[in-house]
Amino acid sequence: MTPLANRMQNLKESVGETLFLLSGVLCLTFLLLLVAGAPPFAAFYHLFIGALGSWSKFTQVLMAWIPLTLCACGLVFTFRVGLWNIGVEGQMVAGAVSATAVLRIGAESGMPGVFLVLAFFGGMLGGGLWAVIAGFLRTRFEVNEIFAGLGLNFVALGVTLWLIFGPWKRPGVASMSGTEVFPPSMWLPTLPSLRLSPIGLALAIAALVGTGWVLTRTRLGLALKGIGNNPKASYLHGLKTTRFMLYAMGLAGGCAGLAGTFQVTGVYHRLIPAISSNYGYLALLVVMLANYKVWGTPGIAFFFACLNIGSIQLPMMLHLDSSLSGIIQGTLVLAVLLMQVWRKRRQTDNY
Amino acid sequence: MDNLNITILLASIVAGAAPIVLAAVGETVTEKSGVINLSLDGSILLSAMVAFAVAYQSHNLVLGFMAGAAAGGLVAAIVGVFSVYLGQSQVAVGFVLTLTARDLAYFFGNPYARLYGPMVSPWPIPFLHKIPLLGPIFFQHSTPVYISVLVIGVCWWYLYRTPSGLCLRAVGEHPQAAYARGINTRRIQMWHTIAGGLLVGLAGATFALCTKPGWGRPQGAEGTGWIALAIVIFGGWHPVKAALGAYLFAFLQVMGIHFQRWWPSVPSQVFQVAPFPLMILALVLVNVAQQGRGYTKGKATSVLGRIVNLLSGAAPAALGRSFRPE
Repeated sequence: MTPLANRMQNLKESVGETLFLLSGVLCLTFLLLLVAGAPPFAAFYHLFIGALGSWSKFTQVLMAWIPLTLCACGLVFTFRVGLWNIGVEGQMVAGAVSATAVLRIGAESGMPGVFLVLAFFGGMLGGGLWAVIAGFLRTRFEVNEIFAGLGLNFVALGVTLWLIFGPWKRPGVASMSGTEVFPPSMWLPTLPSLRLSPIGLALAIAALVGTGWVLTRTRLGLALKGIGNNPKASYLHGLKTTRFMLYAMGLAGGCAGLAGTFQVTGVYHRLIPAISSNYGYLALLVVMLANYKVWGTPGIAFFFACLNIGSIQLPMMLHLDSSLSGIIQGTLVLAVLLMQVWRKRRQTDNY
Repeated sequence: MDNLNITILLASIVAGAAPIVLAAVGETVTEKSGVINLSLDGSILLSAMVAFAVAYQSHNLVLGFMAGAAAGGLVAAIVGVFSVYLGQSQVAVGFVLTLTARDLAYFFGNPYARLYGPMVSPWPIPFLHKIPLLGPIFFQHSTPVYISVLVIGVCWWYLYRTPSGLCLRAVGEHPQAAYARGINTRRIQMWHTIAGGLLVGLAGATFALCTKPGWGRPQGAEGTGWIALAIVIFGGWHPVKAALGAYLFAFLQVMGIHFQRWWPSVPSQVFQVAPFPLMILALVLVNVAQQGRGYTKGKATSVLGRIVNLLSGAAPAALGRSFRPE
């Protein structure tokens, strides 16, 4: 078979598999809805209309796609080096907190634009530092990065709550609704008619391209891949494994911090306790579905964003909990894991 | 520390720690076989929802507890099948199930949110509860709390005093050797993953029917699963030490309420976060202990050395790796 025909064959197979998986998960969701006593077709209809029914809905989906993609880009680095960066959620929060700190300083100065730009750098730094703490705990003290990251997630949440109720509380009443809203001059600019931020979109696309470039075209990417595949051999080869692990963590945290900054400056225009919207955890699922490669992430992140935004309507229209989207996303990942097993078995049978 | 009665404090720790003890001991059993069930946070919520819904519909608490345990066992069985038989990453499957089980709980629990349902009433053990000091601390609780205390002893006895406990530890330490000795490693891992899951499910049921009665979004049990997972490590994969860790964290939670009384300006949520930095510190200490044991050779003279020796405990050598018998 020629290489091209071979590639076409592979493509055909993977498209077939994707359709098979999607229909399988759809059937399962159908059954779950029946069990819950809900009309399945109406639920799917509202999911679809809620995500892509109008331009404003589509804009909302894109605004969810941006932080999801940013986090996913970062996670590709840490997965490549063999780390499970579950702390991405806390890194996003740390980024949001640092960005808020910068904006609060900027609110008193006369240069909102400058501080808006500085906020993004601050967010990146905050998220990166938070990630490097987890990385350092792993490389220096052998604390499993899953537990270090999780612990730091909860710590970041605690810090946010303390700030919102303490030093940064709104004049008068402190509440779960967050800090005071920033002046509009410090919001990320949006298109005149739609609430879509072109800068956010550009950032996400730049992150995608940058991640792909670093991983495939630079020595850093090669080192990360080597360490991820065989840390001992890489170490013996002269690579400083712990240092590259910290680099990967820093990059992941930086991306997550950007996502957090985007949530503050582009979506909520203030700091709220649930500033991360769980996009960090969701991004982990996105990257797992994309088989830990960067080129699959934008499409999957878009699909996940559609599900998340589409499900917002469910409680109102059908009295269903919006967590239906999470069930679809989770079962999809499980189905893919099953599919991988099946593929591996078929390959070993062939040889 | 005015009006802080030590007896009441200790009693509330024993009661409040019950679900964490159940979950941590259950996970210890699972991890002893070499399997990590990372889905704890989700499966506790799912089993809490199932337990509450079943108890609410059937007006039968025992049925509720059984259903809750079954839900925990089912999630654990999925982790087991994926990791033991299909050779997939335990962490990946566990993490996906954490989120999915939580979403399933919220989705199917929606109709049961904020309903007044059945809950376990206290049942002081006759005669024993009249013992001064010990009586109020240990024998004036409800049945799930007694079960949680019993489970600690039973698990310790099973792990270290029975032939099947020995088999289990062998599989977790060196599956190849265990397999060569004729032990069916996969079956042992599968059954103990499910057994641990049943205890985790019981923990969820205890939440919904006893510790924090009722169901809602949020239920209040969020985050407990992660704490339990951390406590397993903190306890050095030993059921008794893990239980002690659970009581320590319950103590911190109870004290959090008092801390808040002293600093009313700080919101209570901040104190609920307190166990997590302590968990990280504990993990660092465990590592320092393991590194330090090389040259101190167990002869700890300093206070820190003793604490560190107490904390140290090695993970089952084959933890987290799938073993394919060929």
